Amino acid sequence: MSKRLFALFTLLVAASMILAACGSAPAATEAPAEPAAPAAATEAPAAPAGPVGTLKIVSSLPMTGSSLTQTQTIVNAMQLRLEQANMQACGGKYTLEYEPWDDASAALGKWDPAVETENANKAAADSSIVAYLGTFNSGAAKLSIPILNGAGPLVMVSPANTNPGLTKADKDLPGVTDSYYPTGVRSYTRVVAADDIQGKVAANFVKSLGATSVYILDDQELYGKGVADVFEATAKEIGLTVLGHEGIDPKAADYKALMTKISTSNNGGAPDAIYVGMVVDNNASQLLKDKVAIMGDNKTVKYVGPDGIQTQAFIDGAGADVAEGAYASVAGVPLTELPEAGKKFVVDYEAKFGPLTEPYAVYGYETMNVALKAIEDVCAAGGDPTNREAVRAAVFAIKDFGGALGTWSFDANGDTSLTDMTFYQVQGGGYVSVGTFR
Amino acid sequence: MGKASKLNIRRIVIAALVLYIVLLLGPIAGFDIPNIAAAIQANPLQLVQFLIIGLANGAIIAIIGLGYTMVYGIIELVNFAHGDVYMIGVFTSLTVLSLTGTLDTDSPGKIILGLILALVIAIAVGAGLNATVERVAYRRLRNSSRLAALISAIGVSFILENTGLIWAAQSWLVPSFGTTGGASQKVFPDLLGKIMAAYGLDVNLLANTGIALRFTIKDLMVMVLAGAMMLALRLFVQNTKMGKAMRATAQNRDAAKMLGIDIDWVISTTFLIGGGLAGAAGLMAGLYNNTAWWFMGFRAGLQSFTAAVLGGIGNITGAMLGGILIGLLASFSDGYLNARWTNAWVFATLVLILLFRPSGLLGEQVGEKA
Repeated sequence: MSKRLFALFTLLVAASMILAACGSAPAATEAPAEPAAPAAATEAPAAPAGPVGTLKIVSSLPMTGSSLTQTQTIVNAMQLRLEQANMQACGGKYTLEYEPWDDASAALGKWDPAVETENANKAAADSSIVAYLGTFNSGAAKLSIPILNGAGPLVMVSPANTNPGLTKADKDLPGVTDSYYPTGVRSYTRVVAADDIQGKVAANFVKSLGATSVYILDDQELYGKGVADVFEATAKEIGLTVLGHEGIDPKAADYKALMTKISTSNNGGAPDAIYVGMVVDNNASQLLKDKVAIMGDNKTVKYVGPDGIQTQAFIDGAGADVAEGAYASVAGVPLTELPEAGKKFVVDYEAKFGPLTEPYAVYGYETMNVALKAIEDVCAAGGDPTNREAVRAAVFAIKDFGGALGTWSFDANGDTSLTDMTFYQVQGGGYVSVGTFR
Repeated sequence: MGKASKLNIRRIVIAALVLYIVLLLGPIAGFDIPNIAAAIQANPLQLVQFLIIGLANGAIIAIIGLGYTMVYGIIELVNFAHGDVYMIGVFTSLTVLSLTGTLDTDSPGKIILGLILALVIAIAVGAGLNATVERVAYRRLRNSSRLAALISAIGVSFILENTGLIWAAQSWLVPSFGTTGGASQKVFPDLLGKIMAAYGLDVNLLANTGIALRFTIKDLMVMVLAGAMMLALRLFVQNTKMGKAMRATAQNRDAAKMLGIDIDWVISTTFLIGGGLAGAAGLMAGLYNNTAWWFMGFRAGLQSFTAAVLGGIGNITGAMLGGILIGLLASFSDGYLNARWTNAWVFATLVLILLFRPSGLLGEQVGEKA
């Protein structure tokens, strides 16, 4: 054996010993120290001396890219809910652990199919994980649902996926929705209303603005194209003239040529409105900038989008003066009209993290609410919350739940019973709610 | 029958096949000739409009492409970090404009002064950065396998992208970055429009001429600056001693070394010039598209690299030609075909051209290599 190899071997042995020491040290000190106080305070006689296990909850959201503005508030809200629960479940029997995973990559600048798949596989393999909170992008959900469906199934609760096809069968695409659930058991739920509602309400909203013609653009993703397709179908139904529907290159330097074409698409003039189905990472601000440069402000040619652009990042990227007057819809009611539990959340959130303007934080809070409620329900029924199937069943059993969003239920598909849709308009550099529709 | 004519017949067959497929499947991707003809007939002036947009975009691509082509010409490395040097150029100029108060002033004189300063600093930072990258990440790998330097370049690209990500979050440095973090797009204020407004003029230079075209001060600025830089570079490479040394190094590095040319210095200069051009392109693109984004270097890099390959990598005139061709193709595809398929059309054209001219449009004129 050469000297070098021997040295390397010794080094490895030494390193592994140090690591082992490090690994065991915190485990030894942490376990009794942390839960001791609450256990003693609440139900000292009933509970054993410490927690019997750890339940891990993970979230998988894009945290590299423009969506970070939204996802950071979601993660904050999830953490807030856990802290309120003292990081414990079932009366101190279980310690809760939470890890916010990133499903975006710097290489793409937005959610990355490879990373989301890796996250789902990682979650599937880690048996201490009992709930997977995510995803943010519908396209990402499409990849992780089948993986997690085969892993227990591990229940998914999404704060933000709105593509209808994830839960509801599309009559034009028979079998596609079912193919996401290879075990035949539904394991995916979402606390936000889907785009079959959002797109429909948006088309009616555009009509109510007095528009008769509309040009539709999307970012060619499952979510963006999905909501734009629903918008297009509804627009045609209610008598709006659809001048065109195109997908944009989400990484192009500019869209001046495209906007020039649109500016004469309405018999030589500009359309009354432009609907964009997209998320902010896909160059949404640049698209608006070029639209305003070519066709003027958002009063002359209305600019309407879905929840993917309802974020401060969209306004900041375009500039307050350019974004002025643009509309975006989000499921649910404005923060100020939330029920008591929701209002309390906003107060608690702002006390800890500063002013809240992003609409999805409360949905993040609600997903964690759902996870914790399911775990508690399993415990209350005498079940084992480390059993993924038990937690999944408890999530789907949630009915008339008084959460931060209101009182709502999951249906058999995993969809929420809430169908409110609120429109926001950019006014003076921020989104202001202009009305809630059903 | 000679070998050459056999080859020709094969080429003709391939060309006919390609034409057939394009005509057959083209309409799916928006290539619908009657429709396009009708659109042109309805509004012939719009053709000129797409030409203007395509030229301006192409000019920016071309300027960045020059950096790729020069570096490839001289050390045969595809410098994947080059697009990100351009992105750093955007942030540098925006930061300079903010620190000098140019973003807050309405006085046209001060804005012009600020812009000139920003241009100089962006060029200096781009040049310095590119040369540093070469010194740190590529020089030691010069004699190892080409793949090693290539992977090193990708690594540098990630480092620069993340630098941009962090930079864009520093709102104490540039207050207009706002509070939404480094990941979101930032506004690059429309300073040229501001200058015009100060003189009571429209951004569109043809606003009061009765011609229904948009030829803005931004288009003019991009075209003039890009044209001047390309011309200057060409003259430099053709007529100066350093230019001669660069061409010699490109042809045969070892022979050039034997003739007493300081290879390291020549290569450093090449990186300096390429980086400087990228820095300048950063300011131009910022003023043209009014956006600063940590991710913008990726697509710009891809397009410029494509432009360089299209024109014949290593060939300066080729890179200009390739850049402008890509700009025009994208603009016309957005305008007359279907935006959903624009990238497909651009890259299909690239494949076609390379099929018939494997070394690019001007790839054979090795003498002009730099």
